[in-house]
Amino acid sequence: MGTPYFPGCTLTTKAKNYDTSGKAVAAALGMPLDELPDWQCCGATFPLATDNTMSLIAPARVLIQAEQTHAKQVTTLCAICYNVLKRTEFSLRKHPEQLERINWFVSTDETTAGQTYTGKVQVTHFLQQLRDDLGWKALSERVTQPLKGLKVAPYYGCLLLRPPAEIGLDDPDQPTIMADLLTALGAEPVDFPFKGECCGSYLAVNKPDVPAALSGTIVESAAKHGAQAIVTACPLCQYNLDVKGRLPILYFTQLLAKALELGEEISNFESQMSKVAV
Amino acid sequence: MRIRLSAETVHGDFVKQVEDISGQNLLACNQCGKCSSGCPVAFALDLLPNQIIRMTQLGLEDVLQAQTIWTCASCLTCVSRCPKNVDLPRVMEALRQIAMERGATPMYAAELRPDLVANAPQMAIIGGFRKFTA
Repeated sequence: MGTPYFPGCTLTTKAKNYDTSGKAVAAALGMPLDELPDWQCCGATFPLATDNTMSLIAPARVLIQAEQTHAKQVTTLCAICYNVLKRTEFSLRKHPEQLERINWFVSTDETTAGQTYTGKVQVTHFLQQLRDDLGWKALSERVTQPLKGLKVAPYYGCLLLRPPAEIGLDDPDQPTIMADLLTALGAEPVDFPFKGECCGSYLAVNKPDVPAALSGTIVESAAKHGAQAIVTACPLCQYNLDVKGRLPILYFTQLLAKALELGEEISNFESQMSKVAV
Repeated sequence: MRIRLSAETVHGDFVKQVEDISGQNLLACNQCGKCSSGCPVAFALDLLPNQIIRMTQLGLEDVLQAQTIWTCASCLTCVSRCPKNVDLPRVMEALRQIAMERGATPMYAAELRPDLVANAPQMAIIGGFRKFTA
């Protein structure tokens, strides 16, 4: 049995190549991801107001659905889903009265009658499973086609790292998890000063000039430091950074698929590369 | 712009409302400026993050007119670095909510660009609407 997996809205539509490559890599490494049988959007932003109980119902339902599988954890690939679900897990543990209200609300809904969340499900990111459950050494031993000579800049963005007190995946200013992954794959990680700088996120919707400027700086910096590609764990970072077509912006799972020789249709560089070629 | 300060505004309902919604003690901020120096969108702001806090501490409701509250991307860089543990993104959220309660409408669905709807990840549109609509 695999780990319950929450894909989220974007991985089943605009970022299918992230979902496909992630699931294939996980299966190949003997740690399969089982998509939750019934899931809904996590809300895509963590509600920051103190009175956020209504807004937490959506992500809490995901945790409830995960708990229905009797698993102890739920895994995500999308950095935003990870952030929202992880912070929800944290918030509900910290505020038992909020958990009680949400449980009352959900258990009186006819589609989820009787279902409650006890707070035992841990939200993890697939990167964390690779590091903590498999380990970089074991991963490197599974690589059949080392990405030798490929210089890749790991771009972490915001929500995989912050707020550090609730997320705790890696150091918020000097993260290494994706650089370590790239090293395990035989690639050469390229450190650059904008690795944790915001890409502009959903300002793409209301103020597109802001992400355009931020993304330009990030991609130029990576290129100047010698990167031939950038890897990310977030479809929104991928979208914002990809606009300029200066470097290929890849999901880390695509490079994993390449290094594990899972075939071109799985690593599927097509969409990202086409923008670079023109 | 002339700024009038009074004990009434500093101890007024506006400050209390922001503190209630955000859960933050605004006076914890001692204006070190670390938030503004590290803010990735500072180049696009009309008021810097520390100025937003300062105006809010003083109960100056003009802070709601600042474009900054609609330009903050909640990237959480400031809160990760604040030596006084002030959660500035939560203050921004409180200011957005109050501004929208008072009628501000920063975004309309009908005005979304077709190329954005066609190409942007859903999370951008959902996230944007949850932040910028009442």
